[in-house]
Amino acid sequence: MPGRRDPPGGAVNTIVVVGASAAGLAAAETLRREGYDGTLTVIGEEADPPYDRPPLSKQILAGDWEADRVALRTTEQLTALRLDLRLGVRATGLDTAGRVVHLDDGTEIGYDELIVATGVRPRRLPGAGAHVLRNLSDAIALRKRLLPGVRLAVVGAGFLGAECAAVARGLGCDVVLLEPAPVPLAHAVGEQVGRVLSSAHVEHGVDLRTGVTVSAITGDGVRLAGGELVTADEVLVAIGTQPNTEWLDGSDLALADGLLCDEFTSAAPGVYGAGDVARWHNPLFGTAMRIEHRTNAAEQGMATARNLLNPSGRKPFAPVPYFWSDQYDMKLHAYGYLRGHDEVRVVAGDLPERRFIAAYRTGDRLVGALAVGMPPKAVRPWRQAIATGTSWKDIHDIAA
Amino acid sequence: MRVEFDEPKCVAAGQCAMVAPGVFDQRDEDGVAVVLVAEPGPELADEAQEAAAVCPAAAIRLVEQ
Repeated sequence: MPGRRDPPGGAVNTIVVVGASAAGLAAAETLRREGYDGTLTVIGEEADPPYDRPPLSKQILAGDWEADRVALRTTEQLTALRLDLRLGVRATGLDTAGRVVHLDDGTEIGYDELIVATGVRPRRLPGAGAHVLRNLSDAIALRKRLLPGVRLAVVGAGFLGAECAAVARGLGCDVVLLEPAPVPLAHAVGEQVGRVLSSAHVEHGVDLRTGVTVSAITGDGVRLAGGELVTADEVLVAIGTQPNTEWLDGSDLALADGLLCDEFTSAAPGVYGAGDVARWHNPLFGTAMRIEHRTNAAEQGMATARNLLNPSGRKPFAPVPYFWSDQYDMKLHAYGYLRGHDEVRVVAGDLPERRFIAAYRTGDRLVGALAVGMPPKAVRPWRQAIATGTSWKDIHDIAA
Repeated sequence: MRVEFDEPKCVAAGQCAMVAPGVFDQRDEDGVAVVLVAEPGPELADEAQEAAAVCPAAAIRLVEQ
């Protein structure tokens, strides 16, 4: 039987990582660093070697960096990992009983242990001709069009849309930012903070229109749900993502807006999940979460690799999620799990000055902190307090 | 080993200062990382490795000498 390998407990000689971005790379590197010496196959859908995505909506879109600066590792570093690196190849199916991954080039590859790190892809709207921003080629295509005076419609005022709007303004484009919610980012960071962040866009000349739903892309802009046409030369759709799990359909893995994993990031015997695609139980917050942050991809890739190699000493993956965002002169850092919070309180600095720390409560616990323009030493104690599960009633004791 | 830090890439996440406080710190004014020990000895090698691995900007490289 092709690819059939010993069941768990036998020696691990073949590990396959599907996904060659931040999570997959971190997993592969950690496997080698922790002494795994067997075959290590990494499959990547894109032709480019592993690269970093956060700069795509920042330095790459702004034209500050050439494309080669986003490479995550040098050729020498990749060579040293002794990978069977297969780029430009997509996984199309999985047989967990036979432990075989099927690829779109018609080949199949057996594994002893599998790490699923296939990430997410942008959601789209009906109609052709709009940009999305996920891959390097997306960013380069959009950058070419963002000339001064170009009218850009950004659909979705989440972090990605907001960053792109800021960059486009810096490039001299006329930007309209369209958002269905009354306050951008309110669901993620709360209304107060969302309002303050979006005020920066208005001050920088972005035409921010909230409470509007885009129904389709047209040849000359976007059509709103009410029928109105918003004309634009270029359209960027930034309305969120969907996990790349279709290739797992028909396997016996549990899928629910991501690959379901336990607190050890294990999805099934011999199968792990890491990065944007994985919905795992984070015991620190007592809930399942799927986190599309750059740091989570690396941390989860590393944790998964360690648990895979050392099942008897495996550790729960219980991180404090973290992300940052750059918009104009604002640098925002957020720690914890803010989604679904019950209360936001500004605990340091001043909201209108856009220099503050906001703390987030869910139930009786401190679950998150968001900082803009504050020194790192003022923010770190908050991260620490989230990591230790501090009660909300004790937040007065957190050093400011 | 020697730490190579690509400062313009740094996003001030502070992950390095958190996992490798013996090797990295952050500047007060903007949070950009500061290398405290450019050539970490064996006692700091593990945390330096961890910092390079978790850096969300891939701004840290370790060069074996």
